[in-house]
Amino acid sequence: MITLQLVWLLLIGVLIIGYAVLDGFDLGVGFWHLFAKKGAERSTFIRAIEPFWDGNEVWLLTAGGALFAAFPPVYATVFSGFYLALILVLLGLILRAVSIECRNKVGDPRWVAVWDVAFAVGSILPSLLYAVAIGNLLRGLPLNATGDYTGGFWALLNPYALTVGLVGLSMFAIHGALYLAVKTGGETQRKARAWAAKAWWAYAPLFMIAAGWTSHGGYLRGGAAVPQMLGALAALAIGLVRIFNRQGRDLSAFLASCAGIALVMLGVVAVLFPNLVVASNDPSLSLTVFNASSSQRTLAVMLVIALIGMPLVIGYTVFIHRVFKGKV
Amino acid sequence: MDAVWLARVQFALTVGFHYLFPPLSIGLGWMLFGYQTCFLKTGKAVYQQLARFWLRLFAITFAVGIATGITMEFQFGTNWAAYSRFVGDIFGAPLAAEGVFAFFLESSFLGILLYGEKRVSRKVYWLSSLLVAVGATLSAFWIVVANSWQQTPAGYHLLNGRAELTSFWAAVFNPSTLPRYLHVITGALVVGTFFVVGVSALMLLKKRHVAFAERSLKSALIPFLLSALLVMGTGHEHAVQVAETQPAKLAAFEGLWETQAGAPLLLFGLPNAATETTDWAVGVPKLLSFMVGFSKETRVQGLKDFPKAIRPPLLPTFFSFHLMVYLGGWFALLGAVGLFLWRRGQVAENRIFLTAAALTLPLPFMANELGWMAAEIGRQPWVVYNLMRTKDAVSAAVPAEQILASIILFSLIYTLLFGIWLYLLGRQIKQGPQPLDAEVRS
Repeated sequence: MITLQLVWLLLIGVLIIGYAVLDGFDLGVGFWHLFAKKGAERSTFIRAIEPFWDGNEVWLLTAGGALFAAFPPVYATVFSGFYLALILVLLGLILRAVSIECRNKVGDPRWVAVWDVAFAVGSILPSLLYAVAIGNLLRGLPLNATGDYTGGFWALLNPYALTVGLVGLSMFAIHGALYLAVKTGGETQRKARAWAAKAWWAYAPLFMIAAGWTSHGGYLRGGAAVPQMLGALAALAIGLVRIFNRQGRDLSAFLASCAGIALVMLGVVAVLFPNLVVASNDPSLSLTVFNASSSQRTLAVMLVIALIGMPLVIGYTVFIHRVFKGKV
Repeated sequence: MDAVWLARVQFALTVGFHYLFPPLSIGLGWMLFGYQTCFLKTGKAVYQQLARFWLRLFAITFAVGIATGITMEFQFGTNWAAYSRFVGDIFGAPLAAEGVFAFFLESSFLGILLYGEKRVSRKVYWLSSLLVAVGATLSAFWIVVANSWQQTPAGYHLLNGRAELTSFWAAVFNPSTLPRYLHVITGALVVGTFFVVGVSALMLLKKRHVAFAERSLKSALIPFLLSALLVMGTGHEHAVQVAETQPAKLAAFEGLWETQAGAPLLLFGLPNAATETTDWAVGVPKLLSFMVGFSKETRVQGLKDFPKAIRPPLLPTFFSFHLMVYLGGWFALLGAVGLFLWRRGQVAENRIFLTAAALTLPLPFMANELGWMAAEIGRQPWVVYNLMRTKDAVSAAVPAEQILASIILFSLIYTLLFGIWLYLLGRQIKQGPQPLDAEVRS
């Protein structure tokens, strides 16, 4: 029983990390979009992510479905508790989906300009809000006996959660810049490298601040050893990003950034574990991997689905990245 | 308005808007596959031209479908937290399966269709078009599984204050899954095939790209007629199942008050909840009984058999069902007339037919929406039939004013989206197809 619950924690972790690593780069490209020159350069940005972005968003869809299926009370509490924030995320995702599809369809520069702004806003807003939500999960939420969030919307915008939010935003920003450095050439590539170098000076300090705050703010409820080890590894990956970026080894820098994202996400899980949603008012109300899962039968059935499905998914993802490999 | 009503409105708005797009993806996906197959077999550039033209419309539709679909999935948690806790053990799995088995397939290979034509072989390209259509069709399966479990729950027991799975296959193939899935898919085929017919008719009426539009119209006419006939057949099967498993819903569909053997099939009428009769009723005697049970004497339950508190809202259920049925009849008629004119060589010139087809363009979308309205409103007051009421399913954590605010935001964005979709569609029609590929033609 316990093993299946842990397996599902791991699988959802994989889905969320997959989403962050993959949609992270196209959200990150959106962050820089308005910094690019109008015309050809912006079109290059869109072309760099065009074949991939909707596949990347399917990771989110699947992670949401898996969370619903494996830990329904967590899905219910988090999604209803973060209601307005999620609505804004959704609006952002809709805006950017439509802008990617629409901006090239009409030649008028005003049309393109409007969609460029929508694309940037629709990319930045979710990047920030995802991480604000994670910040609030790390911090804990006031819950009632049925597991409903009892704080208001504004309580979610606390300094700690906003700091974590900026970590997330800078993490995706640098990830997007590194992706652009891999997928473009010439002046655009040089520019992307320089952006990544600048963004590093936001990402690295913000990460250190958030990590320190998490350690000293009393949020390491389940012990410090594993989270601190993962935090140190994440810091190492972030350091490598800087080194590779300076050396112009774009693919290595991008892969180091992927590893950094994965380690940061694993660190988040380790900080929470065994909780998934911490009740800040009364620890006995917390939703844990063990008290908030689906039945054993459902977890087992879902595991079969995952074992059949995930290799296919990884297969498609690798296949399309091979088909579209190389510079834009 | 209270939070329950607002949550209902939000659900109706998001699902109603979302569902404009998936049926088009499914139906058009299979049309694209048909064009690619013809192109692969014959090498004729006209098929490639057809495939490319309709692919561009497919892409916009798919993108809007994905974006509004994420909203749908999140909404169970945001607005219906009590529901999610109660059914998550069963309801979540099909949603996850949809992602794993269907969406990844569809979105990955759509990327190849849209941007990879020069990067893969012709066979792989053809295969991609097949996989996109298969993905769209599979995703409908898992969604219908989830919704059918709400209609006719099976394979579960009540334990720990929630519905827990006892048999996966019983839950997946619950009594309404297959009849509903077939009806949904054939309904989607009507949308996709008629979209090609209607848009082509519009181009012919406006005398734009006439040769292309004529080919396009003819390519979709027979698939449309077949789909229109199939949707009637699957609809009949589905109604038989509703009569068996959700008799109150069927009674509301039909405006049937008294339980009776030899029940008539109502053609027109206005159910009156105050007098518990149906005014101005015109029906075919005994036909309903015959259709439901293949015998004129089959007993059909009337609304009076059910306490008022568990009867579905009468007029919306009744009218959405009847309008859908009328529209289904109209599609079959239109398809048959089209085929008749084609055989006489007039289908591309007959302005009455073309005008009728162009005006019909929005109607298949409407028929699909009406079908879902009949299914969902007809299930009320239950969110899970006979297990949980809709009013008990909402999120306690979400205040009414936040729902209202998000409804307003979504309404604005969705209106904008719809406007853009129409605008791009119009542009596409104006621009017409790309010229035939010289290299392929030679």
